[in-house]
Amino acid sequence: MQVPILKQGPYLIATIQSALTDADLVGLRDAIVEKVGLHRALGVIIDITALDVMDSFATGTLRDIAHMTRLRGARTVIVGMQPDVAYAMANMGLTLEGITAALDLEEGLAHLASPLPPDRRR
Amino acid sequence: MTTIDFRSDLKPAPSESSSALLRQLVAHLRENRTQLREEWLRRILDAELLQAMTRDEIFAEATSVYDSYVEALETRTLEALQAYAQKLSERIIPRGVETHEVVGIVLLLRDVLARSLFAKYQNDARLLNDVLDAYEPAANSIAITVAVGFVRERERVIREQQEAIRELSTPVLQVRERLLILPIIGLIDPHRARQLTEQLLHGIRSNRAKVVVIDITGVAAMDATVANHLVLTVESARLLGAMVIVTGLSPEIAQTLVNIGVDLGKMHTVGDLQGGIEEAERLLGYKVTPSADVVPA
Repeated sequence: MQVPILKQGPYLIATIQSALTDADLVGLRDAIVEKVGLHRALGVIIDITALDVMDSFATGTLRDIAHMTRLRGARTVIVGMQPDVAYAMANMGLTLEGITAALDLEEGLAHLASPLPPDRRR
Repeated sequence: MTTIDFRSDLKPAPSESSSALLRQLVAHLRENRTQLREEWLRRILDAELLQAMTRDEIFAEATSVYDSYVEALETRTLEALQAYAQKLSERIIPRGVETHEVVGIVLLLRDVLARSLFAKYQNDARLLNDVLDAYEPAANSIAITVAVGFVRERERVIREQQEAIRELSTPVLQVRERLLILPIIGLIDPHRARQLTEQLLHGIRSNRAKVVVIDITGVAAMDATVANHLVLTVESARLLGAMVIVTGLSPEIAQTLVNIGVDLGKMHTVGDLQGGIEEAERLLGYKVTPSADVVPA
């Protein structure tokens, strides 16, 4: 299942609609990193509202995306994580270190738009 | 309603002769009801049991207990007495009657009745022996039934109260747009910690919170498990895009957190609740200034 990546001004928005296989995740990673360069994007938002399970591979891939886009000049924000998913992940020690999370799409865009995030979390 | 499943009959099944003896015994207790009951009451008052109740109340309860007791001896079943013991417990537990008092009065009754049997059969040692053989196991079962009934009722009350405390004690409050506070008071066990986390995470989502202040001034101490759980909560909230400020850490809790080696880069702590809210307002871009229109009283 492919994830659509939409361009919105200087940002890219990828909304995950359903559970993804590992191959899908790798495909998403490659597509985002490529499009960051293509569109000269400043920020990437990955919306995971629809995900009710996050395993270690998905977590690792999201982290890779954040670090790779960072190297290509764009910040990544993960938005819309479900409370139960957050709790399960924290419990398993999967904490998305160094990645910014935001409540929803609106928040994510506001975060990218702010020149210096108030809490300075990247 | 709690049913007591062990020993619902006075076992082992008695022989013919001991049945006859018990019948004789019951008749004796019925005949001397007034006198024995008075004697028992006097012993209760002497021993200063049931101080929470008035003399008349004790007398009324003592009469019912006496009759149920004799009935249990007669019918050789404990169901009626069990039911009575439970009702009695429901009545007297809220008045602060202690377990030792209930056990004490039942044992006193046992003593009073045994004493009267000694008096009645003192001239025939063999018969006295047989009567006591029939009486003692039955009396012991009754004492156990009443005591167990009381303790179970007590435990039920305690469970109910714990349940009530759990439900009451975890409010997630919004103090400003996008700012929640979670004041925690009392003891945190793993069950409650989990519940707190769940409520907080769902509160963050439904209130669209950006900053949460968890105030633990009211928590005297926490063990390593719960402290780890607190760190987990902070992490989970971060994954939702909210920042957590923990305030009011007691020296003991600070020690626990240091002992479990918590990563202080992940935990944002401020001394007290006021400081926490001020810090949160700063993060959210609020500025609180005194109004020039109001003259301080």
